[in-house]
Amino acid sequence: MELLFAATIGILVSTGVYLMLRGRTFPVVLGLALISYAVNFFVFVMGRLDVGHAPIIRVGVDQYPDPLPQALVLTAIVIGFAMTAFVLVLAVRANIELGTDHVDGMPQREGRDE
Amino acid sequence: MSDHWIIFPVVVPAVTATILLLFARTSIEKQRIISVVSTMAQLGVAFTLLNQASSGEIQPYLIGAWQPPFGIILVLDRLSAFMVVLTAIVATVTLFYAVQGWDRRGANFHALFQFQLMGLMGAFLTGDLFNLFVFFEVLLISSYGLLLHGGSDDQIRAGIHYVIFNLAGSGLFLIGVGLLYATTGTVNMADLAVKVAEVPADDVALVRAGGLILMVVFSVKAALLPLYFWLPATYSSASAPVAALFAIMSKVGVYSIIRVFTIIFGAEGGEVSGIAEPWLLPLALATLALGTLGALAARELRRLAAYLVIASVGTMLTAVALGGVASLAAAIYYMAHSTFILAALFLLADLIGRERGEVHDRLEPAPTVAQPVLLGVLFLTAGVAVTGLPPLSGFVGKVLILSSALEVPSARWVFAVVLVAGLLSIVAVGRAGSTLFWSTSDGESTAGAVPRSAFAPPVILLLVAIAMAMFAGRVVDYATATAAQLVDPHGYIEAVFEAGADLPESEAHGPEHGPEHGPEATP
Repeated sequence: MELLFAATIGILVSTGVYLMLRGRTFPVVLGLALISYAVNFFVFVMGRLDVGHAPIIRVGVDQYPDPLPQALVLTAIVIGFAMTAFVLVLAVRANIELGTDHVDGMPQREGRDE
Repeated sequence: MSDHWIIFPVVVPAVTATILLLFARTSIEKQRIISVVSTMAQLGVAFTLLNQASSGEIQPYLIGAWQPPFGIILVLDRLSAFMVVLTAIVATVTLFYAVQGWDRRGANFHALFQFQLMGLMGAFLTGDLFNLFVFFEVLLISSYGLLLHGGSDDQIRAGIHYVIFNLAGSGLFLIGVGLLYATTGTVNMADLAVKVAEVPADDVALVRAGGLILMVVFSVKAALLPLYFWLPATYSSASAPVAALFAIMSKVGVYSIIRVFTIIFGAEGGEVSGIAEPWLLPLALATLALGTLGALAARELRRLAAYLVIASVGTMLTAVALGGVASLAAAIYYMAHSTFILAALFLLADLIGRERGEVHDRLEPAPTVAQPVLLGVLFLTAGVAVTGLPPLSGFVGKVLILSSALEVPSARWVFAVVLVAGLLSIVAVGRAGSTLFWSTSDGESTAGAVPRSAFAPPVILLLVAIAMAMFAGRVVDYATATAAQLVDPHGYIEAVFEAGADLPESEAHGPEHGPEHGPEATP
């Protein structure tokens, strides 16, 4: 399971970084979203992965998952979601006002795609 | 009552901003009154806190009476009180500038302004690494809104870079905090300071990685080389009061570097003590050099000021990297000086631009401004202070930094870079001033005179900077006491844990296992 998680986070981050380095705003926003998913996963597993333990602390139960990363990741998810929405709106606004979806906000030069 | 003042700088702007949102569709006058009254109140609270902190006692504030290291805590010490006062002064002055017309150019200026204050104050007061992240987000989200206030094309262009860059930074922040939590099981700064020294040898590399990732994140906010490329476009395209407020925002990064790398990775850090030091000095000096070169190349006054922000960050972090009480004290003095002067410079650039009409603040010949003497004297004062010429506060700050560097092995590098950068910044500011005021073309300026009331905010900021030079002894005494408090993290850690021990049994929350609880509890 550790391998699965590590591979998932690694693929998400590498895809996200690749997309973030693209020249147009839409792939960049997608890349940011993927990175924030990866970060959320990362924070979540910081409390270690374990299976079959009681979720709630009771008397006599001494094996339970760490609750704090779950609370932290909830905060991170909320902030990440809001920021993705904001950056989408900003990208759309930039496309309308500047007439281009390039991240530098400049019209395309001849013969260059990105 | 006096114990509870510390929560006010966070709660007051939060409540004010919410009330302002209710008034969003009513007249701007009502919003202005609410915003100004609230900011003045925050200024009063800030001085009360400074007064409390100057006794040297460190005051933790346990929100919800959770026993540390559980729950969220705020901590008031000399440094955080000092930063809160800086923020409150700059906020009050820039707000007086904004209510003279800038706040009409977009929606919800005042609400965003108050949220920004909440984020700044919270970041300075929190004693918890994850909460620092949350307050960073609060101040960043409102700064995105403030930057786009006015909605010009330049602002949108700069805004996209700024937002994307900082979102990536936020992701890194969480990774850094996650790594530290995974290895130590806590996000409380005082608890982290104890735990990082005790991590098993296998985990030391992870703690180092976590700490240095945090350093990268704070460098993004502070605009340290090579992470400053977002700053010039952002600060020079922001509206004048926003740029002036942002002068304190880049100090949040510097503050976080000082806080985290003195308490958590400070003298008591064991294996990970001082992990940032090998990186900080060369990067800070390079930042100072490149910031100054950028200032030389700038073709607008606002861009010049933005590059001077970068140079000032380089100067401050040079002093921080030197370590020791005298250097940290110099960094703290320089922090206050550069915040006031750069905020004043952004406001002045706007005033000069408004009187020059079409050319605005571009450094090229234009008709004479309507009030050449007044603007010229103010620009000269700000220029003398920002470049570090005697007799103003910049000179005092640089003397403090250089005299504390005398004993350090790398002193010749520090002296060479700081002095040459000082000379080049004099050239840059001098050339800008002579172009703006002397190299005038024929013809009348189409723009009229700016009303006298708009001059009050930059004049107040310059007077504060002059006062910092006149009463330099008192400010330096406070800064030295602050630095002494910082280099010895014991006091901070003990104060936080003693606050938990003092809790009455009936009030205290928290698991009965005590500090053993954490990820170690699960195999």
